[in-house]
Amino acid sequence: MIDPIRPPKRKNPLLRTRLPTSPPKPRSRKSHGFTRAAAEGRFMLQCCESCGTFCYPAREACPSCLSFGLAFVDAPRRGTLLAETTGRVPSDVYFRERTPWRVGLVKMDCGPTVVAHLHAECAEGAPVRMSFQLDKGGQAVAFARPEGETPNMADDKQWREMTADPKFRRVLVTNGRSMIGQEAVTALKVAGAKTVFVGVAEPWRPFAGEKLLRGQDGVEIVPLDVADEKSAADLAADIGGKVDILVNTTEYVRSGGLLDRKGTSIARDEIDQAYLGFINLAQAFGPAMRMRGADGINNSVAWVNILSVYSLASWPAFGAYSASQAACLSLSHCLRAELRPGGVKVVNLFTGPVDTEWFQTVPPPKVAPRAVAQAIVSALRNGLEEMYVGDVAEEIRQRLAANPKALERELDR
Amino acid sequence: MKNSLRIPYDRVVMAAPVTIPYARYSIESAQWWIGRALGALVAQAGIKASDIDGLCVSSFTMGPDSGIGLTQHFGLCVRWLDTIPLGGASAIAALRRAARAVQAHDADIVACVAGDTNHVDSFRLTLENFSRFNQDAVYPYGAGGANSSFALIAGNYMRTYGVTREDVGRIAVAQRANALRNPNALMKTPLTIEQYLSARPISDPIHLFDCVMPCAGAEAFLVMRDETAASLGLPAARLLSTIERHNAFAEDPMQVRGGWAMDAGELYAMAGVNPDDLDIVQTYDDYPVITMMQFEDLGFCKKGEGAEFVRQHDLTIDGDFPHNTSGGQLSVGQAGAAGAYLGLVEGLRQVLGTAGPTQVKGASFALASGFGMINYDRGLASGAAIFAGPSL
Repeated sequence: MIDPIRPPKRKNPLLRTRLPTSPPKPRSRKSHGFTRAAAEGRFMLQCCESCGTFCYPAREACPSCLSFGLAFVDAPRRGTLLAETTGRVPSDVYFRERTPWRVGLVKMDCGPTVVAHLHAECAEGAPVRMSFQLDKGGQAVAFARPEGETPNMADDKQWREMTADPKFRRVLVTNGRSMIGQEAVTALKVAGAKTVFVGVAEPWRPFAGEKLLRGQDGVEIVPLDVADEKSAADLAADIGGKVDILVNTTEYVRSGGLLDRKGTSIARDEIDQAYLGFINLAQAFGPAMRMRGADGINNSVAWVNILSVYSLASWPAFGAYSASQAACLSLSHCLRAELRPGGVKVVNLFTGPVDTEWFQTVPPPKVAPRAVAQAIVSALRNGLEEMYVGDVAEEIRQRLAANPKALERELDR
Repeated sequence: MKNSLRIPYDRVVMAAPVTIPYARYSIESAQWWIGRALGALVAQAGIKASDIDGLCVSSFTMGPDSGIGLTQHFGLCVRWLDTIPLGGASAIAALRRAARAVQAHDADIVACVAGDTNHVDSFRLTLENFSRFNQDAVYPYGAGGANSSFALIAGNYMRTYGVTREDVGRIAVAQRANALRNPNALMKTPLTIEQYLSARPISDPIHLFDCVMPCAGAEAFLVMRDETAASLGLPAARLLSTIERHNAFAEDPMQVRGGWAMDAGELYAMAGVNPDDLDIVQTYDDYPVITMMQFEDLGFCKKGEGAEFVRQHDLTIDGDFPHNTSGGQLSVGQAGAAGAYLGLVEGLRQVLGTAGPTQVKGASFALASGFGMINYDRGLASGAAIFAGPSL
């Protein structure tokens, strides 16, 4: 059994903050099949379409029959740890700072052997459960865990490097007025977050759910209007060095596309809130988060965006909103690249219409705000980069992969 | 003994063993080291550079050059050229290619040379760019060079066959004793088994004295037909047999044997000798456990008996099984691709009787082996050669 991690002590402001370093990043293009799998929490290997051989590492032709039909497919996760070693003097700075570091060779039940990072409780000769995880360099690595649940499993030192577990971390939820924001606060507290800062614009204006929010231990309401550059900067000056996870729950949903609206005022509001608000948040909080990527047990680890799945494909009924979400999605990829040197993950949650007043006229299924909140915690705990929440989002994902043109035509209804 | 169906190396000989003494770090380039080795070859053989009409080069650090760039760099006009990027198997492969070239009269005098420099960041850069599988699936896991990969192989091998660290340590300790007689060895202090056992761990079960020290250096020799050697008045050793194998036993989940196990019968058959006939053995010792594996795979003992074999034999120069007489890479240093040549060139000196302080009396038959390219989870390339001194 591994010891639980302890709550971090107050940081001594006189001590230098250890700067983040990255494990080696270069990969072959084909190997990014694993990056995709890791981003979504899937375990995929290449499997030969001709002879069924699973192979690893990433190849361009089947080592069994030379067929070039090697598709990445979901693969059985079970394997056996053949051998393990503890690295004590690696040449790479990232690993040198984190020794001792265990790796091993896993024989997959489906065939190939995989070099993997090891959870502390993986034992030689015992079965393991494999996953691909995104490491601090943002690249996919194989990770072996014991088959069953073990006590304090998520507290494993090497596992925690791969995830963004809220336990003992301080989180900023940017919009406490929204139902998703409020549910996120509760879910993050339950997940062990030390403090949840909740941004509320114009806090003197009462709002539904306020009482519940103010009544929770470890929840601090802070003034934040994301559309206001100064408001974001002021808050960052106050708590920027204490935000380990930022959950951007900014929400501005209005129906309508182009021709049935007059002028640009609503579009301007959508852009102000969602897109420019994102920029304000990123510029205010991003640099400190990037700096603090290796700052102990409660280092900064993740930035979460709640995006509409219609950021991926326009829904004309909410066409301008879709466009503002597409802008945010594009910006999130930029932010991901810029936070990568700090090892800070950018997690995008894609949702269908949420069960809130702004989607009142939309028929079910709709996503419950609580489901979004639980997805946030799940994505953080598993170190994911992309998650589709609810049936609509999942369906859009699949239809987009199958035929984007069909989706475009059919969303126009 | 089985019969070999291969065409014998009739009258193919090796001459002019050259070692450019190693340096832990060098500010010079790989080309500088290779150039010095070529110069020494010419001087030692008493030939002109223009007499060299074949060139075979190996180096990890001569990028962006390959062999062709070196011809112009060193003013060589050759009619046969090869660049062999096989790491620790480069020397055996070079010898094989060159032997057939001179046998077929495609060339008359082939210079086989390997050289590498070692800047302070050379080793790390070599690791980062070693191979695609390594880049994709090993290096991102914090492998300290090949240490972690070999730690997994060593741990599994030792557990499978009941081998202790002390068994493996005997090899390293014996080689250090040999190295103390080699003025060019970088390791100059004695090593006891106690020191070996108490060394700091690097990647369990690999400890400090299981690892080679990266350094700069170069090694070279000439391959020609015996009539060429005779006309030059050059003492030369006869090549009797070689083997080479890549990606052997891919179905073994972990490496417990190398390609030698597939080809050792052919090696001895072509040479017409038995393991017992060999006077000296030079194995590829990137890690002593790999040497132990070679004792088994090359037929000196059965699989799983390597530990008992090293307990029963004295591996020093004066012992009953003289092995890695220069001190090997473990004690001389690992000069990149020149590490592949170290044993072969020392073996050549031994059978020519010119090994000086490390000379084994009456050494006539020698075996040298190579092993290289841990591309993913195992060393892929293996090779070996048997050759004999001029008196035989």
